[in-house]
Parts: sequence; C-alpha cells; structure tokens
Amino acid sequence: MPKMNLVEAINATLFQEMELNDKIVVMGEDVGVDGGVFRVTEGLIKKFGEQRVIDTPLAESGIIGAAIGMAIYGLKPVTEIQFEGFIFPAYEQIVSHIARIRTRSHGSYKCPIVLRSPYGGGVRALEHHSEAPETLYAHVPGLTVVIPSSPYDAKGLLSNALQAEDPVIFFEPKRIYRAFKEEVPEERYTIPFGQAKIVQEGHDVTIITYGAMVRVSMEAAELLKEKNISCEIVDLRTVSPIDTETIISSVRKTGRCVVVHEAPRNLGIGAEISARINEKALLDLKAPVKRVTAYDVVTPLPKLEDFHFPNAEKIINAVNYVMGF
Amino acid sequence: MPIETVFEGKVKYIQVIDKDGNADEKLDPKLPKDLLLRMYITMVVTRMFDDKALKLQRQGRIYTYPPCLGQEAAQIGSIAALNEEDWFFPSYREHGGYLWRGTEMKWMFVYLMGSELGMKIPEGKHNFLVSIPIATQTLHAVGAAWAAKILNHKVATMVYFGDGATSEGDFHEAMNFAGVFKTPTVFLNQNNQWAISVPRKKQTAAKTIAQKALAYGFEGVQVDGNDVLAVYRATKEAIDKAHRGEGPTLIEALTYRMSHHTTADDWTKYRDSAEVEQWKERDPVKRFRIYLERNGYWNEDLEKKTVERATSEIEKAIEEAESMKLDNPEDVFMYTYSKMPPHLVEQMNELMEYLKNKS
Ligand SMILES: Cc1ncc(C[n+]2csc(CCOP(=O)(O)OP(=O)(O)O)c2C)c(N)n1
Ligand SMILES: [Mg+2]
Repeated sequence: MPKMNLVEAINATLFQEMELNDKIVVMGEDVGVDGGVFRVTEGLIKKFGEQRVIDTPLAESGIIGAAIGMAIYGLKPVTEIQFEGFIFPAYEQIVSHIARIRTRSHGSYKCPIVLRSPYGGGVRALEHHSEAPETLYAHVPGLTVVIPSSPYDAKGLLSNALQAEDPVIFFEPKRIYRAFKEEVPEERYTIPFGQAKIVQEGHDVTIITYGAMVRVSMEAAELLKEKNISCEIVDLRTVSPIDTETIISSVRKTGRCVVVHEAPRNLGIGAEISARINEKALLDLKAPVKRVTAYDVVTPLPKLEDFHFPNAEKIINAVNYVMGF
Repeated sequence: MPIETVFEGKVKYIQVIDKDGNADEKLDPKLPKDLLLRMYITMVVTRMFDDKALKLQRQGRIYTYPPCLGQEAAQIGSIAALNEEDWFFPSYREHGGYLWRGTEMKWMFVYLMGSELGMKIPEGKHNFLVSIPIATQTLHAVGAAWAAKILNHKVATMVYFGDGATSEGDFHEAMNFAGVFKTPTVFLNQNNQWAISVPRKKQTAAKTIAQKALAYGFEGVQVDGNDVLAVYRATKEAIDKAHRGEGPTLIEALTYRMSHHTTADDWTKYRDSAEVEQWKERDPVKRFRIYLERNGYWNEDLEKKTVERATSEIEKAIEEAESMKLDNPEDVFMYTYSKMPPHLVEQMNELMEYLKNKS
C-alpha cells in the first residue's frame, strides 16, 4: 500500500474521482498550471485539460457563485479557495445560496459543491493565513463541514464529499499537509459524514478534537500515560454534523471531557459539544467539560503564534484539572 | 432612424523616458533636481531593501516576503506625487511606498519578523496598513477620500493594487462609488503581468485595465510603469485633479514582477525565463539613472556613496529589529478592544499562569 502525506492523499483522491466522474471540474486561483499554492491539484490540468481544471480570475465570489450555476446545471464543481482567510468575498454565495438551494426549492435543486480550502495555523504564515473559521460554516444550516486529521481519513472523506448530494466545506489543516505519511489504499473507499473516530481508547478522560489538533492531543495523551492517566481520543472528522452518539458514550464511560480546537473559544465547536454533554450526560460527569482552544483574539503573527494555539502542555494541564476536580 | 454610437472611449498611453534612457523633451515634467534625486535614491534603497529581505527570508530571519523588484518606478513615481496630507493605501508589495512615506526600515523588518508592532503607523502620517485580502483596500481609499470631500479638506487618497485585484468585486464597487460620488481618489494599478501564476490575459478580456474607468464614468490612463517620470506625470495630474474636486482617476502602470510572487512561490513553474529576460532590458532603475547622468545630476561616485550609506542603514535597521523583544505574551490580548473585556482578562490570566508554571 502506498504511503502518502495529506497533500498526496487529497491529490490522489481528486485524480481517482475525476476519472470516475467526468462531471467533476476543479476550479480556483492557481489550481491549474501551478498545481495550487500547496500543490494539492498538481498534475490535474495535464491529465484532465483546461476545461475541467480551471485557473480562474482572482475573484472568490465569482468562483463560488459560478460554481452554483454549474452545479444546478449538473456539473460537480470542486472549488479551491487559496486560504481559509479569503473565502469571505464568497460568504454571501455560500450562506445565502449554496446552503439554502435545497430548502428553497423543496428539493427540486441541489447544490453539491465541494469547497476545499487550506485551514488553520501553526505554519508561521502571514496575516489571514492562519485562521480557524469552522464555526462560521458549521453554524450555517445546510452545510456539511469536514476537517480531516490524517491522509487516510482525508481520502475517504473527500471521496464521500465528491459523491455527496449536498454541499461540503472541506478544510485541510495546512499544519499537517506534509507532517507525516501513512498507508492510504489505492482502491476507492468512503468515510461517512457525522461519524467520529475513536483514535485511541482510554478510561480516565475523553479528549474530543479534530484536524491538526488530533496529533497534538495524541502527544499529550502519550505523556499522560506515563502518569498513569488513560485518555480516550475522539476525532470528530466532521464538525457539522457532529457525532453526538460517540461523544456521549465515551463521556459516559470516562466521566471527564476535554475539548481541543485551534479555533477561538467563544461559540466554538467546544461550546456545542459541552452543551450536548450537559443535555445528555450531565449526571455521568465527574468534572466540568474543559476547553483548550485558541483565545478570542485575532490570530497573532508568528512571534506570538505559539502562545495563542493549544499545545500538548496546555492539554495536559486541562486533563490534570478535570482529573483533580 | 439610423443607429447611433452612444459611447466611444479612448485610453492614452504615456512614456517619457524610453528604455534606453532618452527623454521626450515635451513630456518631461522637468522636476527639480532635489526631488529627482530623492526619487532615484529611494528607488535604489528600495531595491537594496528588497534584496536584503529576500536573503533574510532564505536565512530564516524573516517570514514570507513579497518582493517588489522591477516595480520601483511604478511605486516611487506615483507616491512622490502625493502631498504629505494625502493618504496612502498600499497592498502588500509597496515597500518603496512605505520608505518614501517615512516608515523607518526597522519597523518594516519587525513586521516581516512576525510582529504587529511593525505595523504601528508613524505619528501624524497618513499611511494605512498593509492589506492582504485582495482589492479590499480600494474601498477604504474611496471612503477616506469621500470623508475628505465631506469635510471640505483638500486631501486626496491613492490606493495600490495589482492586475489580479481588478477581478474582485470590491475593486468594481470602489470604482463605482468613486465615480458616483466623484471622490478624490487615485487608483494606482500596478499591472505587473502576473497574479501569482495567472497571467494578466486570464484576468480580463479587456485590452487594457485603464479602460475599465470609462465604464464607471471617469478617466483611465496607461503609463509605462518602468518609466518613473511617466508614472510621476500621470499621478501628479490625477492628484491635482482630485485636489481641484474633479474626481477620481485610474492609472494603469505597466510593469513586471521580476521576482517570485512571494518567497513561498517559484515562478519557474509557470513562466518563461525569456519573458523575464526581456523585461530586464526595461529596468526602471537603470533607465532613470541614465536620465539623471545625462542631466549631469548623477555619477558613479554618488552611486557608490548612496549604496554604502544604504548598506549601513539597512544593517542598522536589521540589528535594531532583531534586538527588540517581540514576544511579550500580554500583547496577544492588548489590542483586541479599547478596553479588555472580562473574558479576555480571564484568558490572559490563564496564559500567564500556564507560562509561569512552565518555567
Ligand atoms: C481575497 C484574496 N484572495 C486570494 C488571495 C491570495 N493571493 C495573494 S496575492 C494573490 C495574487 C495577487 O495578484 P495581483 O493583484 O496581480 O497583485 P501582485 O501580487 O501581482 O502584486 C493571491 C491570489 C488573497 N490574498 N486575497
Ligand atoms: Mg500582479
């Protein structure tokens, strides 16, 4: 089985799905000749040509708005927005149209666009290049929001998105684009949305997380193991919909929960998870649900970036807190 | 009834110094020597700053850097036509513009070293911040100009943006507002032929960018953006016009991005080195130098002294920037609101507590 990093796994999935479905078109800024600024679409233009792999003018609302027209006409557009911080010109098209077309037409139209975008911090980037805006999309009814944590998952989730009947926001954590490789099967497989993955089993505390923070949480869990604290790590894989069942059954078992995300805390995914646990497992809790998140500030530039984002130590402190409560 | 033509537009192209340094007598704005020298020296310093920044990035001493090599005339020729009170709205590539407008080099390095501190605006300067989200700043410049108009100030604004930026909706909304409200705004388009890997011809089917102004009801001109005097001439006219209350102008400066888009980019992936070589012959700094030498304003000795002075100025700026403490954890929270709300106080305490126990 080939070993791939996240970039390679997504690239391979695009190749595979485009071959199977000639309705798929890839469009965005620099996705063609350049192969994308992170090289995720590398080689596609050579194989599928300029009709299906399109270097667009520099206009996000143009890209996404036009993709809506393509989608209702019957194509399957995969739009790349170069960085998560640059989706905003298209936010109106996403919120006011993509998310609502099925509802407004009582199901006569669907809008199964896949919007891919590099996501998150930790790469010492410029302003607007290190954001974690998932709440802004997860909060919008009608959208599915996927954030993979590994090459294997990325392939299965993207393949699912490329066969889905509804729009998908697919955020690719740039911190782990090339951080590690793992075995990714060549054959096609899908991972359904709304199904979390137990990354590792444990009995003292549940760490709920997703994206690049999964690896950071694993690092913390490894260190905690030396202190005889056993962590169960739940990777949400999709932050909308959220897999409530897996969360609740894990928390019922451990009685303690720490949520980790690189998005700001206020109204973040952690708040939603905490609310669901309160509603469904309050009496199983031995401690309050603790959140380890970025702070409620504009993502700082590199000199201050490390203070801002969660790290293994901050997670360990939170776990110690719920253990000692 | 015969069919009439209801609109016809024209766009002028201006060049003052040709690529071999010959100036057109009639078009030469005949600027005073001290202004010419200040412009030339700033162009030389900009190029040296640019070169140094590129090297620092390769050594891991600054983060991603967008070079402006080749665009010195487009930047300095235009910014030099601005009065002190006029406002400067840059994109992210206007290092020359910042230098002209009095930003100390050390602060530019501080920003590139990854600290917001470097973006503090020098007291009393009408400079705005770097704007990375493409084309967004065009609207800010229109709004500021509009405010000046409402308040009866004789102040204009000038906004920089690239060829790629003209594809964004914000650019068109800015142009439309400027036209409708006749704001004293100069739209300074640096058409450097590329938006990362996308060539200018893929951004617009129009022959020129300048002609887009006509659709919004005002004038657009195209200039040789590697000819500092042509850029100056067109900008000065546009600024004077703005000050007279006669509304906005779009200037398309034809230039070329000689280097990578940023240090994270590799242009060999998408463009021909023959094209880059061709543009080398139109080098804006060399061309201006020939002009100055022919007028008896410049010589090898002055060049050497300028380079020496700039070298030590740049070294000193780097030294100062690198010796500053830029990782004060409280700064994460200090500037989000005018008064820190309780939840941020709590989060700041949480971070400080964590850091205390860490060491
Ligand atoms: C809204 C937005 N979309 C995408 C980007 C990513 N991006 C940064 S620079 C750039 C190309 C800009 O080209 P142009 O306007 O010609 O300016 P130049 O870089 O050539 O100076 C792109 C696509 C961005 N910064 N902002
Ligand atoms: Mg450009």
